[in-house]
Amino acid sequence: MEPLLKAEHLTKTFHSQGREAYTAVDDVSFSMFPGEKLAIIGESGSGKTTVVNMVTRLLDVTSGTITLDGEDITHYRGRQMKKIYRKMQMVFQTPSDSFDPRRTLGDGIAESLINHGAGKKEAMLQAEDLLGLCGLEKEFAKRYPHEVSGGQCQRAAIARAIAIGPKLLILDEATSALDVTVQKDILELLTKLKEERNMSYLFICHDIALVQNFCDRVLVMYHGKIVEEGVPDEVVRHPREAYTKNLIDCIL
Amino acid sequence: MAEIIRYDQVDISYNGRLAVHDVSFSAAEGEILGIVGESGSGKSTLIKAAMGLLGRDGLVTRGDIWYKGLDLPDVPPKEMRKICGAQIGMIFQMAGSSFCPIRTVRAQLYEFMTEHEKISKQEFEERAQALLAKFGFQDPKRILDSYPFELSGGMQQRVGIAAAMLLNPKILMADEPTSALDVSVQKQVVEEMLMVRETFGTTILLVTHNLGVIGAMADKMIVLHKGEAMEYGNTKEILADPQSEYTKKLLSAVLKLRR
Repeated sequence: MEPLLKAEHLTKTFHSQGREAYTAVDDVSFSMFPGEKLAIIGESGSGKTTVVNMVTRLLDVTSGTITLDGEDITHYRGRQMKKIYRKMQMVFQTPSDSFDPRRTLGDGIAESLINHGAGKKEAMLQAEDLLGLCGLEKEFAKRYPHEVSGGQCQRAAIARAIAIGPKLLILDEATSALDVTVQKDILELLTKLKEERNMSYLFICHDIALVQNFCDRVLVMYHGKIVEEGVPDEVVRHPREAYTKNLIDCIL
Repeated sequence: MAEIIRYDQVDISYNGRLAVHDVSFSAAEGEILGIVGESGSGKSTLIKAAMGLLGRDGLVTRGDIWYKGLDLPDVPPKEMRKICGAQIGMIFQMAGSSFCPIRTVRAQLYEFMTEHEKISKQEFEERAQALLAKFGFQDPKRILDSYPFELSGGMQQRVGIAAAMLLNPKILMADEPTSALDVSVQKQVVEEMLMVRETFGTTILLVTHNLGVIGAMADKMIVLHKGEAMEYGNTKEILADPQSEYTKKLLSAVLKLRR
């Protein structure tokens, strides 16, 4: 099977004035297959978000290549980016940040549809349907981000992300700020969407229990490198690296 | 052991809207009490009420919070300032934000201490360094020399706890002290709070949504939902055999690591 996403030898070095160059991500390679739920875990500063930012092209790579659906996207710019965002969308930790605070959730979702060619009226109707799919009633389309709870806003952010039918959803700590009961609901929603739309998830998180319960494969990052890779059950029960073992021992 | 703080049928409102309703619990000397609940359940409001931090809109509308024969919500602000910090310490989710960003840790801890005690610089230095050493900092002097932004989030949190313990308060109120931290640092902070209880015999009121932290630390726990107490009792018993439907739902939502 062709991988959906392939990252080869990704490296990112940050240069800031008066400081030594800092390599946040060092020669990271991985592949993701269609329908897979892949997790990247690691502590703050391990470079997991930098990897995601490079994959989504929010950040230029220092070296390495990124292939999405057979297409080398490493140096895509401007208009070309629009094409890749049809295939790949993101959900972030703080959902309210994905929406314009002065516009309704419905507007926010519809905007992404309009950008990709839908008519205004049609987009608004579709936005309501998408909210419904994500477990929110139609009237939420008229609410503003500050008028809904964190969990509801995250559902709307997922509705926005899946609006244009991407194959790959990248979730950067998407449930970390939520209560456990809300987190459970969101994970159930993601499972349902995956079945209905055969999506793939790249899950960035620091909660290994979540990874074990939700993902098919896990990459463990430490100091900018992938130190371990495998099936979550296997990694949890028989960690090979001292760092991974330490990470597991810390779970209360 | 003697009871040190007691919440008695407390109601708290914000702008006339009831946030906490009829909550009662107590903690003895050296006891760790966990307050759990989801966002908006009123758990932080409870400890803010004891510290007089409800702000202009918040009010304890019924019930008492007893500490050493004082009903805390009725204590005038001037008296309260003597109690807060010296007798009841508090730590927050982001300890970094309770420090002033443009002054060194030393200057801030010194100011904090002189606010409550007469103390010479020399004496302060000795006490602060000894305390930081107890918290496992290998080079306490460097910590005191640092500005808050020069410390990592985990270190800021640990310095925050150390700062709260400088005056050896009887009670430590901790509002989500580990929620912003990585799991490895979280464990360290939990161990340090247990050390605080061991060493100083401090009573700790711990507000968190993390049931793992509660299980590792708290002797007793109270479960809040929409401002009302769902369950209150021994932590081990509640975690092993929850009685209320809500607690059951909460526990079932926690993802467990299968080792």
